[in-house]
Amino acid sequence: MYNLIGAGLIVIGAGIGLGQIGGKAMEGIARQPEATGKIQTAMIIIAALLEGLAFGALFLGK
Amino acid sequence: MKIAKKSIKFLTIVVIVLFSATIFASGTDKKHDDQNDGQRVNTKEEVDAYILHHIKDSHDFSLYSYTNDAGERKHLGFPLPVILWSSKGLVAFMSSEFHHNDDGHVIVEKNGAKFAKIHSKIYELDVDAAVVSFDETHHATNAHKVLDFSITKSVVGILLIGFLLLFWFSGLAKQYKTKKVPTGFARVLEPLVIYVRDEIARPNIGDKHYRRFTGYLLTVFFFIWVLNLAGLTPLGFNVTGQLAVTACLAIFTLVIYSVSGTKGYWMHMIWMPGVPVLIRPVLAIIELAGALLIKPFSLLVRLFANISAGHIVVMSLIAIMFTLKESLGVVGATGLSLVLSFFITLIEVLVAFLQAYIFTMLSALFIGMAVEDHAEAH
Repeated sequence: MYNLIGAGLIVIGAGIGLGQIGGKAMEGIARQPEATGKIQTAMIIIAALLEGLAFGALFLGK
Repeated sequence: MKIAKKSIKFLTIVVIVLFSATIFASGTDKKHDDQNDGQRVNTKEEVDAYILHHIKDSHDFSLYSYTNDAGERKHLGFPLPVILWSSKGLVAFMSSEFHHNDDGHVIVEKNGAKFAKIHSKIYELDVDAAVVSFDETHHATNAHKVLDFSITKSVVGILLIGFLLLFWFSGLAKQYKTKKVPTGFARVLEPLVIYVRDEIARPNIGDKHYRRFTGYLLTVFFFIWVLNLAGLTPLGFNVTGQLAVTACLAIFTLVIYSVSGTKGYWMHMIWMPGVPVLIRPVLAIIELAGALLIKPFSLLVRLFANISAGHIVVMSLIAIMFTLKESLGVVGATGLSLVLSFFITLIEVLVAFLQAYIFTMLSALFIGMAVEDHAEAH
């Protein structure tokens, strides 16, 4: 029961984090469209790291 | 222009074939449920059991199964060899000897040892036992697991895709001996190879060292991508959704970046310059745990969880046509499930590429961190 709540909390946190990453990347691209490629690569790496954390939590909390 | 048109046509045909095949698979599932409907089975439980069974590795390759009018269960597929290291030495037989039984009732006797299959795992019975007995939690009390080297479904998938990749890329490599621009299917592969080299390997590892690691990155990229796509066909592979497979791939990356790490990389991890001496051991523990445990763990869990979750979602959406049949009617439930599973399968095609890309990208990043030349002053 508690592990499910914990996993849910971590997924909420990861969702907020992913929103931040995506939103900031959008802002960055809007400001500097010529840096789109670099921003996207960095965004995907950070999103992947965060996703790994969230999946790890789901995996352990299941 | 003409060539571009041709390859677009080719890709369209590939996509159509893949999806019609998936729809064919869901069609057979529906048939199977219709026949069970009269016996008032618990559809939800059966769907859960079916999905769990699909996610796990299995000892035989079954394409689909149904119950005929006489009430017999028929399986379409073929058996695979079972190779075990038991107390009586090496034992090999075909998995058809278990007759698709999965709860330990069929016992196979070979070389004086008795084997039973329980939940896709093979157990060896104790010497004096004739049947498997279970305790309340459904664990076998008079049998133990054996070392299993069987050619399971996942192993078949790996071998199949391995030979396919070998065939494709040796064909591509051969073409460069006679001409500058490859023709045929190799023309589709060439831009992908260049993409991995120029967009993943070179920027992350650096111009000086990237050549050494491009081979590994290409292998891992195409292995994961093609196996992910194979998982979306009705053959029902779930190879990249097996923890053992993803753990193995992550360990390859771990070994490669650990072995090729420069002196500076290890020094910065174990005894970093420019940090107060008392803090160094604390940071060393964190850095070592990060490099040796957390990096490979995140690689293996990400791939495993994404692919398994994708399979579960696709199969649950296909199962809507049974679970919602009573409330929406046959046509409504089937239509809803068809539309949803079609779009989620499209997304899964994207995820198949994205996961291969992320695995390769992070491997390249970790290798790049290990081989880069550190500036001495900090």
